[in-house]
Amino acid sequence: MKILVCISNVPDTTTKITFTNDNTEFNQTGVQFVLNPYDEIALSRAIELTDNGNGTVTVINVGEVATEPTIRKALAIGATDAVRINAVARDAYFVAYQIATFAKDKGFDIILTGRESIDYNGAKVAAMLGELLDIPSVSIIKKLDVDGNTAIVEREIEGGKEVLSIPFPFVAGTAEGVAEWKIPNMRGIMSARTKPLIVVEAVEVKKLSEIVKFETPAPRGTVKLVDATDPEKLIDLLHSEAKVI
Amino acid sequence: MSVLVYVENAEGKFKKSIFEAVSYAKAIANQLNTNLVAISIGNVATADLENLGKYGAAKVLTINNDQLKSFVNQAYASIISEAAKKENANVVVLSNSFSGKGLAPRIGVKLEAAVADGAIELPQTDGGKFIVKKTAFSNKAFALVEMQSENKVISLTPNSYKVVEGGTSATVENFSFEAKASDFRTMIKEIVRATDKISLPDAELVVSAGRGLKGPENWGMVEELANLLGAATACSKPVSDADWRPHSEHVGQTGIAISPNLYIAIGISGAIQHLAGVSSSKVIVVINKDPEAPFFKVADYGIVGDAFEIVPKMIEAVKSLKANA
Repeated sequence: MKILVCISNVPDTTTKITFTNDNTEFNQTGVQFVLNPYDEIALSRAIELTDNGNGTVTVINVGEVATEPTIRKALAIGATDAVRINAVARDAYFVAYQIATFAKDKGFDIILTGRESIDYNGAKVAAMLGELLDIPSVSIIKKLDVDGNTAIVEREIEGGKEVLSIPFPFVAGTAEGVAEWKIPNMRGIMSARTKPLIVVEAVEVKKLSEIVKFETPAPRGTVKLVDATDPEKLIDLLHSEAKVI
Repeated sequence: MSVLVYVENAEGKFKKSIFEAVSYAKAIANQLNTNLVAISIGNVATADLENLGKYGAAKVLTINNDQLKSFVNQAYASIISEAAKKENANVVVLSNSFSGKGLAPRIGVKLEAAVADGAIELPQTDGGKFIVKKTAFSNKAFALVEMQSENKVISLTPNSYKVVEGGTSATVENFSFEAKASDFRTMIKEIVRATDKISLPDAELVVSAGRGLKGPENWGMVEELANLLGAATACSKPVSDADWRPHSEHVGQTGIAISPNLYIAIGISGAIQHLAGVSSSKVIVVINKDPEAPFFKVADYGIVGDAFEIVPKMIEAVKSLKANA
């Protein structure tokens, strides 16, 4: 079984988000970048599925050389080898197009992404990849099992779940629950240094959209505190003042 | 030219988020001086299709057969894209539901269109531009995305645009299109819906609880309050990690992001990762015994105190409110 896991390099979850250059650029000063948590869960499941020599896991990232520590982290967790497409990840379409171009003749059985990246939260790459490669895609899955050349996945739907069978090859975006988090061990960290990481140049992609400005949420007013002995007052305020109940 | 809106049904019925999407798409059609066409896939009663006119659809296309009864991502994307081409629609609007998240990117690729996921406001169309606002950095910021391609796909975040009524009945037309066989490679084996519960992403009111509740056995009062209010229940990450509650209830940066009208947080301290998932709630209420809990900084209303004493009193107050209504 050949699995490709698409990974992105994102600001750590505790990052305070600020912008520079008249709010047109994300301020990277002092920001710690990490492997996107949803991609990490995808990688963990890929490693579980290929345990005991039952296949290979390739990780792919679209990014400049600065993303290599994150790629090495993925190798330390247990990926077999890695590919970096040498370009700034402009947007989801650009990223999906680069990955599809690389993957189309490599015979991957399963392509995994996280359900979304925690920076731009587009949740678009999985379905775009599916469309570009003309193979099925399922955007948010919480369970992934393999039976021969078919996978059984559980997709989240409003108020429930849907169980699907999907033949290889396909693309899926993974959410929490799909695997146990894996922490790299010392052997993994040592071997990550010597695992293959190839660099591929990017192809031209038509530009469809551009982020022209960022805004930060308006600060909320100060909290109106109600005395602990009078919760009835809170319900009254929600009814007559906030008018939400 | 026209605007096309995909009207997703859940077991043959349209939810409020779909009326929001139709109202939103109608407002875009007005901005562009054009008509709104809707497309429905699967089995929906004609009266319900005609009723979409109330929210601004002039015409509703409908397609249904055995293969299309349940959601098939690829086939649905092919049909919606084909309808956009036939109707000469440059803008396609969807609700950013779980299915919408799977459709919008595929339609975008098919139409070589920019995709704005999770729009929260009407586009700004001054000066011939087309700029859509969406949340970014897990609700810690907003991004204004300029859609530069001729075709555009926009998915609307549920509960971020008001339903607007006023139109009359829509005309309903059958739409015919044969999706290719390879669009049907996935097969649904089972659909499980908790019918007695309100789905969290659609919920207007949410009651959520955290580690402050000490154990899963104490969730009875949370559920009772939620039931009385007609609210969905949610929880923080430590709670779902400990298996006190299912992962599907986990809101926050690595769970789901919600934007209800009311979010009541009980015994949740308000870590930055949790706030990321709930900060776009319209009204936030925090109940916590620690006055220093960071959640109070973003709350509209709060009570500092013991949840085990306060929540039962809230339940009684809601009961008497309902009784006097």
